[in-house]
Amino acid sequence: MWKRILALTIKEFLALLKDRKGRLVLVVPPLIQLLVFGYAATFELKQVPYAVYSEDRGNVSRDLLAAFRGSSSFNLVAQLQNEIRIAPLIESKQVLMVLRVGPNFSADLLSGRTSRIQIIVDGRNSNTAMLVVNYAGTIVKQFNGTWAASQGSGMPVHIETRAWFNPNLESRWFFVPGIVGLLTLLVTMLVTALSVAREREQGTFDQLLVTPMSPVEILIGKALPGFLIGILEATLVTLAAVFWFKVPFLGSIATLYVGIFLFLLSAVGVGLMISSIAVTQQQGLLGAFFFMVPAIILSGFATPIRNMPAIVQDLTLVNPMRYFLVVLRGTFLQGMPFHLLIPELWPLAVIGIASLAIAGWLFRNRMY
Amino acid sequence: MQDTLTSALEASRLSKTFLAGGRRITALENVSFRVRRGVVTGLIGPDAAGKSTLMRLAAGLLIPDSGSIRVAGLDATRQSLEVQSSIGYMPQRFGLYEDLSVQENLDLYADLQNVAIEARPSRFGELLGMAGLAPFVHRLAGKLSGGMKQKLGLACALVRQPSLLLLDEPTVGVDPVSRRELWGIVYRLVKEMGTSVLLSTAYLDEAERCDEVILLHDGHLLDQGSPESLREPMKGRVFAVKAADVSRRTLQASLSREPGVIDALIHGDHVRVVMEGQSPPASRPGMEISPLLPRFEDSFVTLLKGPAAPVHAVTAQGRPVSATAGPVIELENLQRRFGDFLAVKNVSFSVSQGEVFGLLGANGAGKSTTFRMLCGLLSPSAGKLRVAGVDLRHAASKARAKIGYMSQKFSLYGNLSALENLRFFGAAYGLSGKQGSNRIAWALEEFSLSEIRDAVSGDLSLGYKQRLALACALMHEPDILFLDEPTSGVDPLARREFWRRINELAVQGVTVMVTTHFMEEAEYCDRLAIMAAGEILTLGTPSEIKASAKSENPTMEDAFVELIQAKESA
Amino acid sequence: MNIRLTGLIRKEFLQIVRDPSSIAIAFLMPLVLLLLFGYGVSLDSEHIPLGLVVEAPGADTSSFTAEFHESRYFKTFAYTNTRNAVQAMMAGKINAVIVLRQDFARQLRQPDGAPVQLILNGVDENTARIISGYVDGSFQNWLEHDAAMRGMQSEIPVRIEQRIWFNSELRSRNFLVPGLIAVIMTLIGALLTALVMAREWERGTMEALLVTPVSMSEVILGKLIPYFLLGMGGLALSVAMALWLFEVPLRGSLWVLFAASALFLITALGMGLLISSVAKSQFVAGQVAIIGTFLPAFILSGFIFDINSMPKIVQVITHVIAARYYVAILQTLFLAGDEWQVILPNAAALVLLATIFLGLTWRNTRKRLE
Repeated sequence: MWKRILALTIKEFLALLKDRKGRLVLVVPPLIQLLVFGYAATFELKQVPYAVYSEDRGNVSRDLLAAFRGSSSFNLVAQLQNEIRIAPLIESKQVLMVLRVGPNFSADLLSGRTSRIQIIVDGRNSNTAMLVVNYAGTIVKQFNGTWAASQGSGMPVHIETRAWFNPNLESRWFFVPGIVGLLTLLVTMLVTALSVAREREQGTFDQLLVTPMSPVEILIGKALPGFLIGILEATLVTLAAVFWFKVPFLGSIATLYVGIFLFLLSAVGVGLMISSIAVTQQQGLLGAFFFMVPAIILSGFATPIRNMPAIVQDLTLVNPMRYFLVVLRGTFLQGMPFHLLIPELWPLAVIGIASLAIAGWLFRNRMY
Repeated sequence: MQDTLTSALEASRLSKTFLAGGRRITALENVSFRVRRGVVTGLIGPDAAGKSTLMRLAAGLLIPDSGSIRVAGLDATRQSLEVQSSIGYMPQRFGLYEDLSVQENLDLYADLQNVAIEARPSRFGELLGMAGLAPFVHRLAGKLSGGMKQKLGLACALVRQPSLLLLDEPTVGVDPVSRRELWGIVYRLVKEMGTSVLLSTAYLDEAERCDEVILLHDGHLLDQGSPESLREPMKGRVFAVKAADVSRRTLQASLSREPGVIDALIHGDHVRVVMEGQSPPASRPGMEISPLLPRFEDSFVTLLKGPAAPVHAVTAQGRPVSATAGPVIELENLQRRFGDFLAVKNVSFSVSQGEVFGLLGANGAGKSTTFRMLCGLLSPSAGKLRVAGVDLRHAASKARAKIGYMSQKFSLYGNLSALENLRFFGAAYGLSGKQGSNRIAWALEEFSLSEIRDAVSGDLSLGYKQRLALACALMHEPDILFLDEPTSGVDPLARREFWRRINELAVQGVTVMVTTHFMEEAEYCDRLAIMAAGEILTLGTPSEIKASAKSENPTMEDAFVELIQAKESA
Repeated sequence: MNIRLTGLIRKEFLQIVRDPSSIAIAFLMPLVLLLLFGYGVSLDSEHIPLGLVVEAPGADTSSFTAEFHESRYFKTFAYTNTRNAVQAMMAGKINAVIVLRQDFARQLRQPDGAPVQLILNGVDENTARIISGYVDGSFQNWLEHDAAMRGMQSEIPVRIEQRIWFNSELRSRNFLVPGLIAVIMTLIGALLTALVMAREWERGTMEALLVTPVSMSEVILGKLIPYFLLGMGGLALSVAMALWLFEVPLRGSLWVLFAASALFLITALGMGLLISSVAKSQFVAGQVAIIGTFLPAFILSGFIFDINSMPKIVQVITHVIAARYYVAILQTLFLAGDEWQVILPNAAALVLLATIFLGLTWRNTRKRLE
């Protein structure tokens, strides 16, 4: 039995790797996605274009404006002389923010009253807008601290903020471990979801069925390549994450691989489910696409699950990607030990075994 | 000039190559010919002879590397739009929109061909009547039978009366009855409208129906002329040989090794022999030799093969099959239902050991369904089924190890090399170690695959693919061999070699079950069953079946068409 | 219009009606994607779980923590010591911890001020930054309340007043849904045409078309027009869902929206045709369309991620991505209005890209099989 499975596994690998198109599918899309997500997917803002409209001539306001100019988050593009120009600048997207300092700014501050500055932010992208507000807030907070200290008064409370696991709050640290999950899923699905359909289209599946191989043997023979390629893909992207994108890896490699292994159970299971139903490669591809898009969107890959409506949050409980992402980010950034990840690992195992069992059942019943 | 005008089509020194997988493949080399007006010209040759390339060049769809092709005096390359408005063209898969109805397909092609609105009703009526499609105008083209699709494709090519009609393999995959009907339409067009027709086909027997024949092989023009003129040199060189004491297979094998024999074929109860010269084969006691009329295929094979080459003996199998008593394949009231549709109705027959059993029928007759049930690929809805004593669908792998299977698609892994395919199928059947490498060596040697062992099997020629597929099916020395249209598309020489092997296997006791479209191949079987609409119409030896036909001196095709028509009118 | 072209268009419509997969791509896909994104993707963080560690509770600490209890942005959880709280943060139960030390009351209003520690889980950096902003806001509120209670003037030297234009409540749906329409239109335009052209090649019907006297421009127009109309149907559905289901305001005018969409759709159809003139099987065409158009429309269009913050080289690449210009037009039209300063340059870029794509298609498509 194992000899036959081994023969089938070797054949699957040869068929996959000898085909130019097959190799391209395994290499090019993951590479493009790794680069695109690694470099382009970022919530950080750099060089936010802004304009200043200051009616105050005092030294103090100049200090505040200098603080903005000195920040790498902001990039001054215009100094306005009157109010009318504010709206066109923002509407035409030339600036994201206009900083407006009133005529009494310095006077108020020097006399101990709270001075107010106004920021006008383009809200078309609400996330960007919120970050702009936060960045401006940080600069003003620092300015306040310095000012209060120079006046000898001091603030009643000061907040020390520290971000654990990602001290500089780098977007890439958040996305890159997620890409390990994304690409592992993508490649495994492509390998498994199309494998039976391809044989059906080429007519070799009948040839396979008349050999002494049993459905279970064929299932294992088809699952193993998906598994091995999935592990390989995960390893490669992990290496790229650590050595190319310089994302720290604090946890134990063994824990990571337990997670990869359990996740692949589900990925291979779902892939083979699609495979046993799809008659053509086209259907297989569509099936994979329609599984993957929700699996990624509803996993916390880019946006927190907590923000979703309650019913959608419940839905994510059956999404293996959801658990895998926690394992990935936990092992990469947080150095989470095995026992803390058990709440993520057991659902992965359950989903994996269930999907493989369904795939096995479908294989038995839908093969002929 | 006058001369050009009299040709419907004229090719001079035409060459065309393609790039495939980094290699340049020659499709046509230096081909020159003329097609006369007002007659049917057959473009005949096996797959990959260059027929489709020629058709596409004539339709202005391809540009020749060198040489020129002119349609009614117009250059097909430079004046392609003018040429396209004067020809009708039916591509290989008929070019129909399967999700459009018959009427909608006709409307579309009438629009594209600028047929005046006023002229349409009468033209459509005429075409639909001719094709027998009038009752089905609202049916979707995809829901038509193969024969009806082919006739609709023809009607679409004819919406605007063309001066030249190009038909690219119009009869592929269509049953003999529909094939006859198509020929009827083509001849009416030629007679009534004076249309010139160029028709390509891989069926050599169709050459006899053409006024003129152009023979293509491997991109070269072999010969051109009327079928009679091509047959002429074969007169007096064809004989029927019968022997009372030996089986026809043994007789064929020994005859084919005799000097001076170009071709020896089983044909019903006798062996048909083509000689190099006018003298009959050497007679032995008990042998009965009588002259036969030559057929077109005889001259084609002679042209391809040249002077008789020595035929090497075949060792098909390492071991003889141990004899078993009773039938090897047994079907009893087998039924298969797809929804409300009964694809196979109460089919019963049995096949004994060492027999070559043929299953014939039109598309959709139920032969593929029956075949798949026998192989265990489909479960029967009712009835009993036994292959080597078990139902393969529920059989243990041990039972399945006894059968070999080869299908029309030559189901190999296209991106694996020949050797890797052999290795995989060997391993799939549990061959390993010494035994496995012995069988691989045997396959490479026996099927002359050594030189292509590392070539990617998808790039092989059809003849090689077929040999490799058979080698894979025989790796584990099966007792029973299932062959599903095993020779479709391969040239006549490859087909002969293939059947030589099958005969050898049968002599050694292997039971062979085969489906085929070629009436010619039906003659090679010991017994055959003809199916239509899910039922067996008749079952018997080829001679018995031919004898049951009413017409005089019937061919297998005559008998087949007669049976089907009788069934349809009943 | 000539008879051949009308014939081709009629044929295409009949095929669309009979083949459910075209309808599915044009209407079902927008529906599913909009629902999935509209409900599944949100950057609006409310009720963020926040851990509060108060080592020595007292009147001062409870006045401070009250500010967080009352905030709609936070849901607070009390912990007795930092270790437990950090453990909970590690396990993902809370996203941040605020620690008020033993000496909070003593240090309060001392020259150095009482130290309050905010520990963020930086893994999800975007959420971390948002939390930090919210904490600052609550803190400033406390400063004012505290000063007012003690009858004193506020101690904050400078205070920011924020004015968020176009989307004052900062609903992420308001920018995600218009952006998503661009992604969907890319899918309909490029994927659908690439697939239907490839289908004609695969089924051999293209060969039959080419031998008739149709010109290549008629074949191309015969595909463009029907799928253009189908795409506009998909657009109408998406816009209707955006306005009534997701309640995104439309501040610009509807006709500008449809005109810009028509322009983009032609560009997307041009991409689809270009793909199919190179890839003649549905399988390859589908993959090229997804990787070459769908993915960039998603990531590189400014739909979610800010283009200005991407590396320079990536920013250069985004210039050839048609969705980028359409996203800019859509987000402006929905949230800001008919801002011609945004619409015109972006529309000009779309015209340029459409010309390039259709021109390349023109060059690549010959009335030949090679």
